Formats: sequence, structure tokens, C-alpha cells
Amino acid sequence: MSDERKIRVLVAKPGLDGHDRGAKVIASAFRDAGFEVVYTGLHQTPEMIVNAAIQEDVDVVAMSVLSGAHMTLFPRVKALLDELGADHILLTGGGIIPENDVADLELEGIGRLFGPGTSTSDAIAYVKEWFSTTDDA
Amino acid sequence: MSTIERDILKRTDLEKALRQSELEVTDLRARLAEWEDRYDALPKRDAPFSTVSGREVKPLYTELDHSPADKPIGYPGMYPFTRGPYATMYRTRLWTMRQFAGFATAEETNQRYKYLLEHGQTGLSVAFDFPTLMGYDSDHERSLGEVGVCGVAVSSLADMERLFEDIPLDRVSVSMTINGPAIILFCFYVAAAEKQGVDVSELRGTVQNDILKEYQAQHAWIYPPEPALRLIVDMFEWCSANTPKYNPISISGYHIREAGATAAEELAFTLRNGFEYVERGIARGLDVDSFAPRLSFFFDVHNDFFEEIAKLRAARRIWARGMKEKYGAKNPDSWRLRTHCQTAGVTLTAQQPENNIVRVAYQAMAAALGGTQSLHTNSMDETLALPTEKAVRIALRTQQILAHESGVALTIDPLAGSHYVEALTDELEEDAVGLFEEIDEMGGVVPGIEQGWFQQEIANSAMRQQREVESGDRVTVGVNSFTEGSSDVEIEMLRIDPEVEKRQVASMSDMRAGRDDEVVRVTLAALTEGCRSKENLVPLILDCVRGYCTLYEIRAAMEEVFGSYKEPVFF
Repeated sequence: MSDERKIRVLVAKPGLDGHDRGAKVIASAFRDAGFEVVYTGLHQTPEMIVNAAIQEDVDVVAMSVLSGAHMTLFPRVKALLDELGADHILLTGGGIIPENDVADLELEGIGRLFGPGTSTSDAIAYVKEWFSTTDDA
Repeated sequence: MSTIERDILKRTDLEKALRQSELEVTDLRARLAEWEDRYDALPKRDAPFSTVSGREVKPLYTELDHSPADKPIGYPGMYPFTRGPYATMYRTRLWTMRQFAGFATAEETNQRYKYLLEHGQTGLSVAFDFPTLMGYDSDHERSLGEVGVCGVAVSSLADMERLFEDIPLDRVSVSMTINGPAIILFCFYVAAAEKQGVDVSELRGTVQNDILKEYQAQHAWIYPPEPALRLIVDMFEWCSANTPKYNPISISGYHIREAGATAAEELAFTLRNGFEYVERGIARGLDVDSFAPRLSFFFDVHNDFFEEIAKLRAARRIWARGMKEKYGAKNPDSWRLRTHCQTAGVTLTAQQPENNIVRVAYQAMAAALGGTQSLHTNSMDETLALPTEKAVRIALRTQQILAHESGVALTIDPLAGSHYVEALTDELEEDAVGLFEEIDEMGGVVPGIEQGWFQQEIANSAMRQQREVESGDRVTVGVNSFTEGSSDVEIEMLRIDPEVEKRQVASMSDMRAGRDDEVVRVTLAALTEGCRSKENLVPLILDCVRGYCTLYEIRAAMEEVFGSYKEPVFF
């Protein structure tokens, strides 16, 4: 049963952007919601993030991108996850991402992306909802 | 009359005066108690009555909350400078209106700078892209997708020359926000000025160059703290001899605050960082008065109007006292805290972005009332993307209306003597002194960074503020209250074409093909060797720069000796 084990989340900061206020706030909020949370720290490459996700056996990768490089970073991480047979992992995130880009990224199989002003409870609810509807092996 | 008789008379006068003031205080207390009874008897709104930093605010402030006898308010331009760093303030010169800008390639940003100068802006401020901020060239693999996106890409002297083409560097003051590789970008700038034929001793402007707050908050670091601090002291030493009108550092609270700190934490961490740089300069054997007059500051101006004004006033007083009394500076210029301010990016909302114009206007007014020397006002659309020209123009006009129409610039420090503002100024100073003691107990700033203490304090404050907004305890208009119309965001956005990265990478390869490889090899090797000695590295870096060594090549030549910084990871 999916509700018998904790949801495991990797909070990741890809690229060179040092703005980690949002990443740390969401990591704390996920932990307070009962998730098991691993935070990568700053300046991670897509390869480093995907390796960490697989090693830590997470259900969700939540990336925070405020650098404007989201159209490069999200598809790259998604492609690497798929390549390494980890397409069961939900790739979601947040940051400064314009609406049109959010729509384009969703078409590429990336989960919901949350913008500025989001309540952490919305992100928590989204992850729980996604988890409850996936088949847990 | 004998001396003794005179003394007795004087004492009698003094006693009379004391009795009189005791009577006055008793009388004040009685009247205050009367008002308190009335206040307590009436209903109050259900609201937090605390500042955004969590400071409890009383319903009323009186003479009893601050005592001019212990802390005379003083005069502008005079120690301890609470009322302003200069005697005439905005009556001689208004604050410098300096909008931070940079995107895409040097050519495109150069066009934006010319536009801003034509619209009445009086100084320039360079925003670099993330690769540049981290010391990577545009064609480095780590730069992929980030070139020119959040600022301008500058990877060599060639880019810096294009950035300031037709902008005379002896006449326009330029501020550069760069930290980890600050010394390298500074050398690009000096060499670009040389190429224009400008006498470098005439250069005015500022390089941020504040590495301590990078470890604490903004996170664009390269080297570990000790070698990074050496580079900064090298800059102090070189600039005091060669570019005496240039500020080799802007000690910054902005990023500390934006990352989540309270007003008191911003104030204390920033000033303590400032004192750390002073101690490092003195430890090098520099005369404190040879470099301290060129130390400049940068503060955030957040939502809480009076607390922000008080913060700037307290900052000047704390700095002046420390420099004079603790570090023994004798030149009044060393006691004088000069600051740039920027309105708080973190207060901008993506919902109903036009409301941000109003937020920015109030914050800008607080900066002016706090006595800032220069100001950046944020554009309304910055939570969504880089600002459009229209949004930038409104932000600049906001400052012009403030300066020329509102009357805030007519008289100096108009809020002095306000019971509330003076009490807040005293309180913030006390809070900062308390935090200084905590930092000293840890062994100073660097041990505090290594233990992650600053980072944890800042993250805790950020989490507290987030909870207040989510619980609805603190109203954010358009986000958790008054949300009607929040979803229809129709705002034009500036987008950076992915072609920019390709063009920049191509121009790098042309530049590499045209330079003398032997010069590159020799100057880089000399720099690495210099890092092993105690030699001042500015002249060695200048040699590399003049030979068109790139940002990353120079970074790497020093990294060979200095190593790189490893962040303590936690949340």
C-alpha cells in the first residue's frame, strides 16, 4: 500500500543559479508534511541530479530553477531519467517560469511547475495526489 | 566669587535641572498611563501589529522610548552620521539613479545602457549572467542554456570593450555586481578603460566583491574563504594606490535579506562582514585610513517603511562607532557609511504585477528618507522575467517623481526626532550588537559560515515568513488576500533568444583564434606562481587580461593553488 511508506523526494538546484530560498523552504515544507527529503545543494548538473535520484531511490525530483535556463534543464533531466530507466520518477519543480513555457514543458512529460506566490500546501497536495494514483511496486 | 562657591552654585543648578526633568518624566508617565487606560478599553483590529521581520510594534511611541540625553541625534555629515553621511545630502546632489541592467551579449546590453543614459539615468550597473558570476566562459560546458539569460555574458576583455563602446568610462560611474571572480572582471574593466585611453586613476564606480555574503546568502563563490579574502585585500591595496576614486567593495546586505533574513539580521551580518574586511586589511599591514574611505555598502529596502529607514540610520551609527572606537580610524571618511539601496525583489508578486509599481514606490521613498546615496528601483515584471524597456522606464520615473515632485529631498533626515523612528533606530542598533556577540562567540564570520550558522539563521527566518503568508497571518495583496483579478496576468515579456548563446560562443572562438597563445600561456603561468607567493595579484591578472586570457582560464589558473569551495549542504 502506497500510504504505508513515506514519499521520497529529491529537491534539486540545477545549473549555476544560487537562489536557494525557495528550494530550502519547499524542502522544509515537504519534510514537515512527512516526506523523506534529500536536498542536493547548489550548482548541480543534470547528470548529478539524475544519479542522486537513482541512488536515493526517490519517487519525485523537485527542481528549483530561477535562472531562466528551465527550457534546457527540465528536458535534459527528463531525458536522462528516461534513458536510465527511471521514468517512473515524477519530475516537477518551480521557479521563475513563464506560463507558456510551463505548458510546453508539460507536453514533454514534465509534471506541474509552480510559480512565485505558490503556497507550499499546493505543492504538497500535488505530490500526494500524484503518489496516490501511481502503482507502487 | 571663589571657585568653591562657583562649584556649589553649578551643582545647585544641576540638581535643580535634574529634579525638573524627573518631574517632567513623572508627568509624562502619568499622561501616558491615562492614554493607555483609554487604549486598553477599546477594541482592536485582529492583525499581527509586528513588522515583516517579526518585530513587535507598540501602539504609540513617546519621548520615553528614546532618550536624546544618552544618544544625541546629531547632525548630518558629522559623527556618528545617524542623520546622513554628508552635511548637505540631497541639497548638493540627488541620489544617483542607477538601474541594474544586463542581458544577452555585450552589444545588446551596450544598447540598453545608452537608452538608460539618454533617459536621464546617472550611473550604470552591470548585471552579469550566471556563467560569468561563477567564473565560467560562455563556451564552457557548465554554461549551457544560461549564456546571456539572466544578465550579460562577459568572458574576456573583448566582451568588456564591446560592453562600454562609446560610453566614456572617465565620465560615467559603473557599478558591477560580481563577487567570486570580482578581481578578474575588475581587471577587464580597468583594461577596457586603458583601451579607451582613459586615465585609470579617474575611474569611478564600484565592484561588489563581497565574498562573505556569497557564502552566507547569494552563493556565487569559487574559492574557499581564506584565499578569497586575500584577493579582496589585494584589491583594497591596489585600488588605494591606483584607482583612488573607485570603490573596491560594496558590502552587501541585499542578498542576505532577499534570502530570508530579518532587518536586524541584514544589518548585523552586513556590518560584521564589513568589520571582518577591515580586520583583514589591518592584518595585511595596511593603514586603516588608506582603504576604509572607499568601502561602500548596499542594503535592501523592504516593505516595512519605518523599520527600513531606521535600519539605514542605525547602520551609519554602528559603522561610525566601530571604525572610530574599535579600529582607530582617524579620517572621518573612514567613519562615513555610504550606501546604495535597491527595493526588495522578494516583495514583488507575480500576481497582479502592476501592484508592484506601488510597492516599489513606497520602498524607494523609505530609501530616500533613510539617506541613500544611490538607488535601484525594481521593475514590476521582474518576478516573471527580465524587465521590458517600458517596465524599466516606469521604475526610473518612480525615482524621478520621488526626487522632483514629492518633496522628500527638500530637507535632510526629515524623520529625525520621530519617537518611533528614533526608538527603532536604537532597537536595531541593540539587536545588531547582540548578534555581533553571537558571531564573536563562534570565533568570527568565517567559522560561522563553515558551521552553516548564518545560512541556517537566514533559512529559519525565510521559513517563518512563508508560514505567516500561508496561514494568512500576514496579508500579501493579490496573493493571499484581494486576489480577484490575480490570474489574468497579461504582461509583455522580454525573452532571450537561444541564438544569443550560439553567437556568443562563436565570438569566443574568433577571439581565441586571434590572440597570441604564447602570451596566454606565460601570463597564466605567472599568475599561478603568484598565487603561491604573497604578491599582490592584481598586476598579474591585468597582464593575463591584456593578453585576452579568458575569465575561466584566469579562474582556473588561481584554482590550481587555491582549490574550490565546498558548501555545507542542509535545509
